[in-house]
Amino acid sequence: MQAAYIARRFGVFLLIVWLAGTLNFFLPRLSGQDPVRTKLLQQAALGGYVQGGIEEMTREYERRFGLDKPLWRQYLTYLEDIARLDFNYSIANYPRTVRELIADALPWTMGLLGTTTLLSFGIGTLLGALLAWPRAPRWMVWLMPPLWALHAIPFFLLGLILTYLLAFQLPLLPIFGGYSAGVTPTLSWSFTWDVFQHALLPALSIILVSTGGWALGMRGMMVTTMGEDYVLFAEAKGLKAPTVFLRYCVRNAILPQVTALALALGQILSGAVLVEVIFGYPGIGTLLYQAIRESDHFVIQGIVFTVIVALGFTTFVLDVIYPWLDPRISYRRA
Amino acid sequence: MRGVLAYFRRNPSLTVGIVLLALLTLFVIVGGLVVDTEDARPLSVPALRSPSAEYPFGTDRQGRDLLAVMVAGTPLTLRIGFIAGLLGVGLGTVLAFIGAYYRGFVDTIIRGVADIGLTVPGLLVLIIIAVSIKGTLTVNQMAIVVASLAWLYPTRTIRAQVLSLRERGYVEVARLSGMSGPQIIFFELMPNLLPYLAATLVNAVSAAILASIGLEVLGLGPIDAPTLGMTLYWVNFNAAMINGWWWWWTAPTVIILMVFLGLFFLTVGFDEIANPRLRRAA
Repeated sequence: MQAAYIARRFGVFLLIVWLAGTLNFFLPRLSGQDPVRTKLLQQAALGGYVQGGIEEMTREYERRFGLDKPLWRQYLTYLEDIARLDFNYSIANYPRTVRELIADALPWTMGLLGTTTLLSFGIGTLLGALLAWPRAPRWMVWLMPPLWALHAIPFFLLGLILTYLLAFQLPLLPIFGGYSAGVTPTLSWSFTWDVFQHALLPALSIILVSTGGWALGMRGMMVTTMGEDYVLFAEAKGLKAPTVFLRYCVRNAILPQVTALALALGQILSGAVLVEVIFGYPGIGTLLYQAIRESDHFVIQGIVFTVIVALGFTTFVLDVIYPWLDPRISYRRA
Repeated sequence: MRGVLAYFRRNPSLTVGIVLLALLTLFVIVGGLVVDTEDARPLSVPALRSPSAEYPFGTDRQGRDLLAVMVAGTPLTLRIGFIAGLLGVGLGTVLAFIGAYYRGFVDTIIRGVADIGLTVPGLLVLIIIAVSIKGTLTVNQMAIVVASLAWLYPTRTIRAQVLSLRERGYVEVARLSGMSGPQIIFFELMPNLLPYLAATLVNAVSAAILASIGLEVLGLGPIDAPTLGMTLYWVNFNAAMINGWWWWWTAPTVIILMVFLGLFFLTVGFDEIANPRLRRAA
């Protein structure tokens, strides 16, 4: 039963991968844009004179990039390539491959996003649970309105405001980038500290916004859970308040939060892309922004594909561990 | 009248939402009468003036009067949101009703597509679509691009609502008394879902505005339109923050904040109408 459930979830994951690849392949080709020619013309214009051989060069590069073959052939080659995570060369930074560029940027994004998502999920869930708990300290009530208001703001907008306050007006934190200019990335304490300082503002703008969302969701679930008979029974039995709180209320109310987390990952990532752009943080978002400005289609496609696959995989993992969190649901078909 | 006022007092979220959005509307209408929106084009005023009596919101590096940009751009951004939100909720409602009322194979497909689509980061798919479109986008095209994913969430949530509604007694009675499927959908289910649809619409509009601003900040928006997102794109493009041109990003930030907070409180208010059980939690 368990194997069948996991296999079905994995099938959905493969479907997502295939759809992402197919979308990536066909959509840009419907538009009739010509990245090779555009790039060559750009280069020619930068060189200050118009070259005669542009047409021949375009044809030659299209042959090399395999753009002259029939569409179905290109499609098959493409699927084969992306299965090996080979996204071709970057058009704008020619000698480098798209995979190298993404591999450089991905750790930054994963570090920022992983940390902020875990922190805001943890803090938000706990806060939400306490907000619904009648024995929580009174002052916590005052946290609600700011949490609500923050929750409605896009990440990057809060990022702008925080930058102005904490990096420009009071120059406490660096304003831009992932580490100080001119520093070579090494595994040393000073470099780690530098990276941490640079990550603080982007991280803060994500955490402050998403914590509110998790707190609101958790609070709603807690109110429902606390009305259940088994909670009343636990209190009547004379169990200690922390036990009732953690093992009876939180334990049950947290389940829909995990489902919500699986659904929210895509949105969080979309928001984080913009945060990176605003802060010039050297992750996937900034790479994407540069690729869009240079119409570097291979990089754009590579990023979109990688991110969709990575998120699909995370969702798959969450799906698989969910029945373990909630023993009431077995691995059977719902 | 007194009843209405009393209701607003009981539902402060709705009041705050309406007041914020009304202020924005007032700003756009009065602004449209007072300000020459032609000054929202580049090179129409001196560049990089900080706020003064003549240019209350200051001017940007390309010589746009930021007050004029805000007056011209706010309705454009809202328009993208409303077109995309309406298309999304419209399509979502139709699909949700087809799926949830008739069930079967079609429902499996609709549900599957919506569920899978929702786990994918929408902005990235929109980026691929926007990059694929030849030439620069117009404001209306922008709305359609955003709408292409805006139906996923409404489909999912409305479908769940219809599923619970169709088991109610009055639907059973309608079915037994010989009403056809479409009749039940329009005369029995729809009216009961209206408050919920309204809340979903506000949500969808807010999400669509967020998506459009995201695309615009990345440089995929209507380059020559003075929308709020494009203004932020130019802010970022010219590194206005580091250069200390604070007024350039203050105006769009404040307006976008008002839009999102207004829409958010409006949804919370609508939710309370649509789902009275929430009142217990509040």
